[in-house]
Amino acid sequence: MDAFDPAAFAEYLSRQERKDLLRFLTCGSVDDGKSTLIGRLLYDTKLLFEDQLATLQKDSAKHGTVGEDIDFALLVDGLEAEREQGITIDVAYRFFATEKRKFIVADTPGHEQYTRNMATGASNADLAIILIDARKGVLTQTRRHSYIASLLGIKNVVLAINKIDLVGYSKDVFEKILADYNSFADELAFDNIQPIPMSARFGDNVTQRGENLSWYDGPTLLEHLESVDIRGDEIDRPLRMPVQWVNRPNLDFRGYSGTIASGTVSVGEEIVVAGSGRSSTVKSIVTYDGERDRAIAGEAVTVTLADEIDISRGDLLCDANQRAEVADQFSAHLIWMHDEALVPGRNYLFKIGSKTVSGSVTEIKYNVDVNSFQHLAAKKVALNEVSVVNLSFREPIAFDPYGDNPATGGFIVIDRLSNLTVGAGMIDFALRRAANIHWQAVDLDKHRRGEAMGQRPAAIWFTGLSGAGKSTVANLVEKRLFALGKHTYLLDGDNIRHGLNRDLGFTEADRVENIRRVGETARLFVDAGVIVLCSFISPFRSERQMARDLLEPGEFVEVFVDTPLHVAEKRDPKGLYKKARAGRIKNFTGIDSPYEQPERAEITLAGGMAAPEDLADQVIEYLRDHGYI
Amino acid sequence: MSASPATQTRELTHLQRLEAESIHIMREVAAEFRNPVMLYSIGKDSSVMLHLAKKAFYPSPPPFPLLHVDTTWKFREMIAFRDQAAKDARMDLIVHTNQEGVRDGVTPFTHGSSAYTNIMKTDALKEALTKYRFDAAFGGARRDEEKSRAKERIFSFRTENHGWDPKNQRPELWNVYNARVRKGESIRAFPLSNWTELDIWQYILKEAIPIVPLYFAAKRPVVERDGMLIMVDDERLPLAPGETPEMRLIRFRTLGCYPLTAAMESPAATLPEIVHEMLIARTSERSGRLIDHDEAGSMEKKKREGYF
Repeated sequence: MDAFDPAAFAEYLSRQERKDLLRFLTCGSVDDGKSTLIGRLLYDTKLLFEDQLATLQKDSAKHGTVGEDIDFALLVDGLEAEREQGITIDVAYRFFATEKRKFIVADTPGHEQYTRNMATGASNADLAIILIDARKGVLTQTRRHSYIASLLGIKNVVLAINKIDLVGYSKDVFEKILADYNSFADELAFDNIQPIPMSARFGDNVTQRGENLSWYDGPTLLEHLESVDIRGDEIDRPLRMPVQWVNRPNLDFRGYSGTIASGTVSVGEEIVVAGSGRSSTVKSIVTYDGERDRAIAGEAVTVTLADEIDISRGDLLCDANQRAEVADQFSAHLIWMHDEALVPGRNYLFKIGSKTVSGSVTEIKYNVDVNSFQHLAAKKVALNEVSVVNLSFREPIAFDPYGDNPATGGFIVIDRLSNLTVGAGMIDFALRRAANIHWQAVDLDKHRRGEAMGQRPAAIWFTGLSGAGKSTVANLVEKRLFALGKHTYLLDGDNIRHGLNRDLGFTEADRVENIRRVGETARLFVDAGVIVLCSFISPFRSERQMARDLLEPGEFVEVFVDTPLHVAEKRDPKGLYKKARAGRIKNFTGIDSPYEQPERAEITLAGGMAAPEDLADQVIEYLRDHGYI
Repeated sequence: MSASPATQTRELTHLQRLEAESIHIMREVAAEFRNPVMLYSIGKDSSVMLHLAKKAFYPSPPPFPLLHVDTTWKFREMIAFRDQAAKDARMDLIVHTNQEGVRDGVTPFTHGSSAYTNIMKTDALKEALTKYRFDAAFGGARRDEEKSRAKERIFSFRTENHGWDPKNQRPELWNVYNARVRKGESIRAFPLSNWTELDIWQYILKEAIPIVPLYFAAKRPVVERDGMLIMVDDERLPLAPGETPEMRLIRFRTLGCYPLTAAMESPAATLPEIVHEMLIARTSERSGRLIDHDEAGSMEKKKREGYF
């Protein structure tokens, strides 16, 4: 296309636009030839400009390590320290394109000390080229980089068995290395491993087939890179859109800007804010280029909602039917990236999507030996180590397991003092099952609290004569509920009269006030979601009604412990009847003050006829039958 | 991108992906920093960056000002274009010049290109960033431009003295950027990191983004020095004895200070022609910038000292 031809040019542009993009990284041990390989790719795909070639030739003479030839590694090793030392320190990004695809290459360092930079390059890659020096075979760094690539979710691997020229283009060497690699790669989560024998320096099997490798009938590296299927399934997953920025140009517009991490969003669709559980429908999808009906994973858009609900940066908009989980404690894989080891219990910042929370590692479960993949007991996680840890965040966050969605499951760890990025992690799962309960779009109330405790809160009100056995039965009931994992509390004369009500005597006014206070206290417990057991003589119907009226229907369970007076008086556990009979206590129920029997108690227990254990069973049975527990 | 109804779309094009990535970066910066600024150099990359900023925050205007470091030696057409662009974007424009340099009479001719660039660009930039206490500054640099840029993070940390430590960059995973800095420290954010020169031109074409007319071929007065064509933009350019400007059909691949920016002879007067010409070009665009020619590590050195 030397002369300008508008039609041909338009056709060219449209071809360019249809190309997709493959991001890959090269990794492996030092001197396996990563930079040389990229230089070769750029050179062979004619992506080098003349002035770049001239600079390269000048540099090759100065720093080069391959004699008279062009040292392709110098193309990518861009930092002076790298050129001087002949090593790669940090990841370099290079760009090239063929007729079929565009490529962004991350050339990552081989030295163990720069593993964090390798992880940086791997985090955005669709494919990893793992180089192996045919003379050396599989090395620790081969395994380390394979492990980290797998951990970060890379599914496609090219096993580039390089410098094959230096082992006489031997098929045996190739096959032995491949078998070595496969023996441990089974434990990794790769979908596709393509082994290719090559010589990056001489170009065999990079873009052109090597004559010396006629025994190999697979694709060249470039053929594979051009054809490997890298289509993600993000679009088929549930909607996740972390809100980055609330867009408020004026009082009439409130939009939520963010990049759709997965799924699609359409006007009219119901979405839910994972953290608060509030939901609404999408009113519009606003872009500079006009409103849209639908937007898909990868697009950066602004949505407005039909309802005014509280949403801010860090919130996660989700598919209403497939919400993200919300939790504050997790099990996660962690790659440590700082010279100072991870300190369990120390407070760090964790940034996940657009949300930053403080938290700490509560437990190091084990470190992973990157060579054998064995689990090692550990007290610390040092630079470049990979560990499985428990995390606790200061507040709940919305997330998906990293394996389901890297955008909502991957996080970085920031040191609060130095502000450095000291680690990166991948959430595997939430530790507490209760956290799987989604927050609902209602204020926290007794029903929510009760639900969280696995029960329906209620006041179980034991009434009956002194010595009827109320407290004995109530105690037994409480123990049984506790054994069932229920949340309970027992209010009785002992703990109320000595504290809350110690200013009250036994006049009728005081007795009414006593019950009123107990009723109010019971109401607070019910509101807290608790099953509260109240054990009071409460002889007057009107008092008990007053307590009942404080609660909603169904929350007051009256238990009449119907023990005949003579049985109670015979028991007389505190000697009170004796004192009353002697006239030393006034207004004693059953003696000189009436006991008004309940007319419609929920439960009537025949006190004195059955063992207290059996009576307690009757109460438990009632609670079970009526859905309280 | 155009308002194409994406009803059945399942895959984004290459340019759509780049656009979305840049917007994501800009929103992160706007949300995380107290006082960000966008370095605006008036070149084609700045034009694309500004266009993306308009998209990122629409219907709001971009929530940060533009900063132009004016060496006083920019092409006149650039200055006119700059003022219009800021106005169209509804953004504040801060123009900063190193006044000490002006007083000391620092020019490319008296101090040499290297010292001049250092004083009027790098020092001026640092001065402006310190003066306005910006904690984040967007730059339009791309990784395909130059080797040390190829190594740089998208959120690139700068010390209190605006220095870059290339051997000790923060790890940067996924699109989760660490925006934490202490007082005085800052982040240079590069939303165009993953764009190539071809991507930039294709995007300008596709989005009809206005660019400075100097990119298009026209007859302009030039002198030829050491094989480079230098445009005589005003009377300040000292002419050697016997040197007379002649009108040639030229255009610029890159724009900077006019005495330091080489033109190319070209008939490409429309965007498609420019892109077409670029595709068959055999020299990289930075070769038009005199300041990079000294040695391979020169850009890294300048960046360590605070240059963009």
